[in-house]
Amino acid sequence: MYNEEISKIKKKLETVFTSINTKEKLENVKQVYMGKNGSITELSSKIKDVPSDAKKAFGMSVNELKNIFNENYERISRELEEKEINEKLNKEAIDVSLPGTKINVGSAHPLERIIESLESLLMSMGYDVVEGPEVEKDLYNFELLNLPKGHPARDAQDTFYIRGDEYLLRSQTSPVQVREMLRCKGEEPIRIICPGKTYRRDEDDATHSHQFTQMEGLLIDKNITLGDLKGTFEAVAKMLFGESRETRFRPSFYPFTEPSVEMDISCFNCNGKGCNLCKGTGWITVGGAGMVNPIVLKNCGYDANKWNGFAFGFGLERLAMLKYGINDIRTFYVNHDIRTLNTFDRREY
Amino acid sequence: MAISLNWINDYVDVKDEDKVALANKITKAGINVEKITTTKIDNLVVGEVLECSAHPDSDHLHVCKVSVGSETLQIVCGAPNVREGLKVIVALPGCKLPDGDKLFEIKKSVIRGVESNGMLCALFELGLEEKNEETYSKGICELPSDAPVGVNALSYLGVEDTTYTLDLNPNRTDCNNHIPFAYEVAAVLKKQVTMPDVTFKTLEETIDNQVTLDVTTDNVYMYNLMIAKDVKIKESPEFIKHRLEVAGVRSINNVVDISNYVMLEYGQPLHFFDKDVVGNHIVVRMAHENEQIVTLDKETRDLNKEDILITDGDTPLCVAGVMGGLNSGITENTKNILIESAMFNPYNIRYTSIRLGLRSEASLRFEKPLNYEYCLLALQRACHLLEKYADAKIVMGSVSYDKVDKTPKVINVTLNDFNSILGMKVTDEDVKTTLTNLGFTYQENNGNYEVTVPNRRQDIYPQKEDIIEEVGRLMGYDNIMPTLPLIKTKKGEYRDNIKFRKIVSKRMRALGFNEIRTYTLVSEEDKDKYNYNFSNFIKLLKPMLKERSVIRQSLLNSLMEVVNYNLNKKNKDIYLYEIANTYSEVDNEYVEDVKLAFILCGNYISNTWNSLNYQADFYLAKGMVENLLDYLGLNNRYTLRLSDNLPKEIHPKINSEIIVDGNALGYFGKLHPNVSREDIYVCELSLSQLFTHKTSDIKYSELNKYPTIEKDVAFVVDKSVLAEDLVKDIKSNGGKLLTNIKIFDVYTGDKIDGNKKSIAYNLTFEDKTRTLTEEEVMAIFNKIIDNVCHKYNATIRDK
Repeated sequence: MYNEEISKIKKKLETVFTSINTKEKLENVKQVYMGKNGSITELSSKIKDVPSDAKKAFGMSVNELKNIFNENYERISRELEEKEINEKLNKEAIDVSLPGTKINVGSAHPLERIIESLESLLMSMGYDVVEGPEVEKDLYNFELLNLPKGHPARDAQDTFYIRGDEYLLRSQTSPVQVREMLRCKGEEPIRIICPGKTYRRDEDDATHSHQFTQMEGLLIDKNITLGDLKGTFEAVAKMLFGESRETRFRPSFYPFTEPSVEMDISCFNCNGKGCNLCKGTGWITVGGAGMVNPIVLKNCGYDANKWNGFAFGFGLERLAMLKYGINDIRTFYVNHDIRTLNTFDRREY
Repeated sequence: MAISLNWINDYVDVKDEDKVALANKITKAGINVEKITTTKIDNLVVGEVLECSAHPDSDHLHVCKVSVGSETLQIVCGAPNVREGLKVIVALPGCKLPDGDKLFEIKKSVIRGVESNGMLCALFELGLEEKNEETYSKGICELPSDAPVGVNALSYLGVEDTTYTLDLNPNRTDCNNHIPFAYEVAAVLKKQVTMPDVTFKTLEETIDNQVTLDVTTDNVYMYNLMIAKDVKIKESPEFIKHRLEVAGVRSINNVVDISNYVMLEYGQPLHFFDKDVVGNHIVVRMAHENEQIVTLDKETRDLNKEDILITDGDTPLCVAGVMGGLNSGITENTKNILIESAMFNPYNIRYTSIRLGLRSEASLRFEKPLNYEYCLLALQRACHLLEKYADAKIVMGSVSYDKVDKTPKVINVTLNDFNSILGMKVTDEDVKTTLTNLGFTYQENNGNYEVTVPNRRQDIYPQKEDIIEEVGRLMGYDNIMPTLPLIKTKKGEYRDNIKFRKIVSKRMRALGFNEIRTYTLVSEEDKDKYNYNFSNFIKLLKPMLKERSVIRQSLLNSLMEVVNYNLNKKNKDIYLYEIANTYSEVDNEYVEDVKLAFILCGNYISNTWNSLNYQADFYLAKGMVENLLDYLGLNNRYTLRLSDNLPKEIHPKINSEIIVDGNALGYFGKLHPNVSREDIYVCELSLSQLFTHKTSDIKYSELNKYPTIEKDVAFVVDKSVLAEDLVKDIKSNGGKLLTNIKIFDVYTGDKIDGNKKSIAYNLTFEDKTRTLTEEEVMAIFNKIIDNVCHKYNATIRDK
């Protein structure tokens, strides 16, 4: 019974979905077959007229029709949904090649970068970071450092005096060492570094600056050797300029150290072959150092028979100039161009 | 100033040494050789003019046949003094002569139809003399008749040379002199120094009744006089001229040159007086205040009581160690010389020469401690050379004043000291060899050394470290094994407020500000700008420049210079900060104040193509200040309020003073239009003061589990009423349950009275222990509203 009708609907269902391209059409089709008066709905209501022995077969046939319809309906519905989203996405397209919105994070001054990297290394080696006043007593800047009055190295021509010959703008960070030694009263070992601003009567040009930055270190303990100084310097040099740097000491002279040395690194530009940067020598001087002169130890309250130690000093502008390839020392103090500053907003290894 | 190795060879044999390797050795030993220059000209030989005839086509040229040993060449020469039999210097084809900074190559040529196979040379053409009218008019160089034909001319003249330019440490400037330098060379080469000949014949007559000496000041340590008679003033021999030139000293005549030559040998300056001018009596004393002398350079010099003066008992003859008087020196006509070799107090010489602006090779040497042995030797050496090169006859004996303490420096040091200080393996043999090479004498007993320092080493301080350095530098610091100190392990820390400053600095960078550093010293005019409670300024006694004469108390003007620089460069978005020490004088004490200053200008966030940006404004500046203070743990402890006490550079209506725990420590605000037309916001505050406000540690607090109730209200008030004052009022009436007040709208405009503004607040009520009821919240809310309306004559908008 109704077999003809069933196969007619079945045949129609094979083609009716092919031309559907909108949700509206899909809903119309649904009405036509599955709606209140839809052909499948109507067919299924006829089960009451079917003899009981044929009811099961009829029911299965109608269910098959419903399944066929639903499968198709679901499929088309999904397809239409997908199409709609795709259209929306396409409409949303932007020019991703345009520049991003810039998030500005400030950069540290190149000198601060050098200071921070030296600090982190030397603090890990037990050095405290200590600072002292830039307006300083002659006593601490010169006198106790074995630079008595009349000593050529403490020329009024080289130093900015402030009050008589008593107060001055410090010409080196060494007075911080003196202050620390006096504070410890000859009783405690010392391990400090002291970064800071210093001043000398130099006319400002590409290689001279009346204001500059030093970082000195002082270690006072027992049985310290020049070898300990060399090892310490080697650690600093490799940290700043790379593991492959070699180091050497050259004899030198400072009133506050004896023996005194110049600290050189193998030229990182030519790897020691000789170039313009190292003036053909293969070596670059990066600092001065030495064993603390017993005269200074005595002046500052330490018994030179019990204690000894070393001191070292770096010109931080020089280190920064070498490290970053800066040619003019004035770069650190005047005409800071934002564009240049921004190039320093970068991590370092 | 350079060292001639040709000269050094007189004292220690360096003929066959590789000059570059030698320089490296000396440099490693602490005497820095900065530059090596070699004077050597190939294809330049001694020749003899065999024939000389006039050029057929010239009125001044000659055609010569010149023997150069291996062959005879035809050479055209224009010099008027060329003649048959003359020994000359011949530049052969291929010879390269100095021509300014370049080289000029001699080639075979044809001069007016006559072939010429070289050039006969004047000394200036070899770079051995300055080219001027006088040297030019002398014509070609005339060599002595015994000059050997065919040998290299520079070598024959004794001027083929290698020179070292030194960069000396200030304690070893003695090495600018050839004998002290020779000792260093000998030490690194393990050779011996041969001292120069100081012998001479003397006349029968003695000095005793020819000159008497009085020294009346302790600032003279040693003063020696001798007399050389009947000198012949003439040109110096080539080798002396050359050696002086290498040293940078101009050749004058044989006698003057000898005094310089001896100085360059020993480092002991000499002074030669014209004996017939100065008379028979020499008095050395301190100058009187206001005394004057006319010096050699015809300048009248004002003297004072720090200057040491050589006089004839009456008239000043010479400012000791610095410069001679106009009339007492050596002239073309000088016959008899009074030779002075002396040692003065270095401080006086230094003081006088700096004050008079007369720092010469001699005064620079007198400024350092001298060696009394050389003071005596130099005198004898001068006599030797005057006899040899100026035909002088030396009067017997000398007149001397001598207060020099001749006790040698003796230093005790043990073998163990060397090892433990140098950190390298040093053996007894090392110590002995090195001390011997250095010319130090010693006594050794079981590793204990008693070292006697030679007098020439005035730089050595009598302590064992100085001897250890001597041995170390000669053995070479390359032998030091790098180690690390074997001491207690600890972690270093930032002392005092350093860490606090680092934290502030890092926060400023995180907020988008670039760190800069500017000069501490500013000008007299600029110092007064941004005056916020300034104290007395600290001024330099002798500034180099007006622009850098005072220590600043504010960083803002320096920052503004950087801002203006960037604006000129069309950099518009400028966010900068600086942290620096400032100093002032309070009751004769110098007070340090660490300041933070920052500047906001242009876009904070921007994207140039889509006009998305956030430009600097007052509230951004305020947000920065709040962010920093909150980050430092100071939230709820500061107020930011409009002030009329701020620097004149700040906008009077757009500013706030920063008050932390009741302590005003800085301000921020817009720049006054008088300072800049741009919208620039600045802030400056004292980190030293901020640092003293201690803060507590972070404590976790649990969020409320119970629901909150929010209420909105908009008050219409006079424009002059401050939003924050309402907040304070609302807070005090809201009690504990009111936990947050947010301003979500501020309105002025058509919809309300022109003198009024509307401020809308969002209030949050909550209790951590229970759910609040609408009734209790409304009770508080109404109380708040009533209070504000009453106190500020406010109305409620849209209610």
